[in-house]
Amino acid sequence: MAQTRREMLIDPLVDNNPITLQVLGICSALAVTSSLQVAFVMALAVTFVTAFSSMFISMLRNHIPGSIRIIVQMVVIASLVIVVDQFLKAYAFQISKTLSVFVGLIITNCIVMGRAEAFAMKNTPVASFIDGIGNGLGYGLILMLVGVIRELFGSGSLFGITIFETVNNGGWYVPNGLLLLPPSAFFIIGLIIWGFRSWKPAQVEEREYKIQTVEGH
Amino acid sequence: MEGLLSLAVKAIFVENLALSFFLGMCTFIAVSKKIQTAIGLGVSVMVVQAITVPANNLILTYLLAPGALSWAGFPDVDLTFLGLISYIGVIAALVQILEMVLDKYFPPLYNALGVFLPLITVNCAILGGSLFMVERDYNFAEATTYGLSSGFGWALAITAMAGVREKLKYSDIPDGLQGLGITFITAGLMAMAFMSFSGVKL
Repeated sequence: MAQTRREMLIDPLVDNNPITLQVLGICSALAVTSSLQVAFVMALAVTFVTAFSSMFISMLRNHIPGSIRIIVQMVVIASLVIVVDQFLKAYAFQISKTLSVFVGLIITNCIVMGRAEAFAMKNTPVASFIDGIGNGLGYGLILMLVGVIRELFGSGSLFGITIFETVNNGGWYVPNGLLLLPPSAFFIIGLIIWGFRSWKPAQVEEREYKIQTVEGH
Repeated sequence: MEGLLSLAVKAIFVENLALSFFLGMCTFIAVSKKIQTAIGLGVSVMVVQAITVPANNLILTYLLAPGALSWAGFPDVDLTFLGLISYIGVIAALVQILEMVLDKYFPPLYNALGVFLPLITVNCAILGGSLFMVERDYNFAEATTYGLSSGFGWALAITAMAGVREKLKYSDIPDGLQGLGITFITAGLMAMAFMSFSGVKL
């Protein structure tokens, strides 16, 4: 095994982050981040599903015929998502209402499928489980970052607890309404990617066209 | 009829699947480098969406909803918890069938769309469309309209995005923003533009 377990867990956080580098699972990352509490629950749910689906698929990997593997993976993932969905409906109904369709959409979240296909089909159950947790945490990290920025500056609170007293309630902070609207999520993730790539220049993508300076005019 | 028309306009512009619900983002970002391929994918998504949303609506009404099985003699059965797994099953099966039908009867169309069809099963826009249909309690006519128009909205968004990106590759972008970063920021600007439709009511 090339990687140690520790590396497997830490690696997807920054160096090989599922959102900023592998471009997986962006849909939900953008949609559920307008408040931190919801983002936190979503991150937990995705980590749970990724970890356990990777583990189960890895256990089954020697018994799945290649031609129907996608369907088998889908069934495993969908069953786990149903468990999460029913659990949220039973114990956190308000949050499950806010997340609405996005819990169901974990099924088509590319992180889950991507890790099942790329990692769990070739590795042992324990390694796959750790890899699933690592990628779930990497996803959660970005989700929380975006969630903190959007909730703190958009409504002046964190986890629903007021940090900046807003003008409406007699405080000093004028909330930036744009941050609660969908487009801001795109900007924030774009800027986070910029930050990550300035920190780790190895992640910078090649240019298709280079600007050349012509000398001797 | 007016209700359906306003539903369609809403699904295309105001509640655009890609730009205001962020559905199908993975493919939206990954396959929007060229206009040609973007149009191909957009059309396939529209076709699949227009078939799967009404199909899932039928399944919900006649098999899964509480009391839906009364025609089979089980009036007390509530199978809604099986929703997720049946919708994704229907989508996977329909995409497969569509692929075979196109291959057999419309080879030119199959060659144009073929590569993208398998991708569509895991496109969140498709499953998202069905889930929104369930959540908002659409009837069959509304579900058909919603499927077609939300698919069209997604196609419109990815085509516009591809147009922007084709020009964007010639510009001088800071190294760290190159590629993925600038694509996100462009999508953000487009989403803001689409937000200006939000006051439109028919």
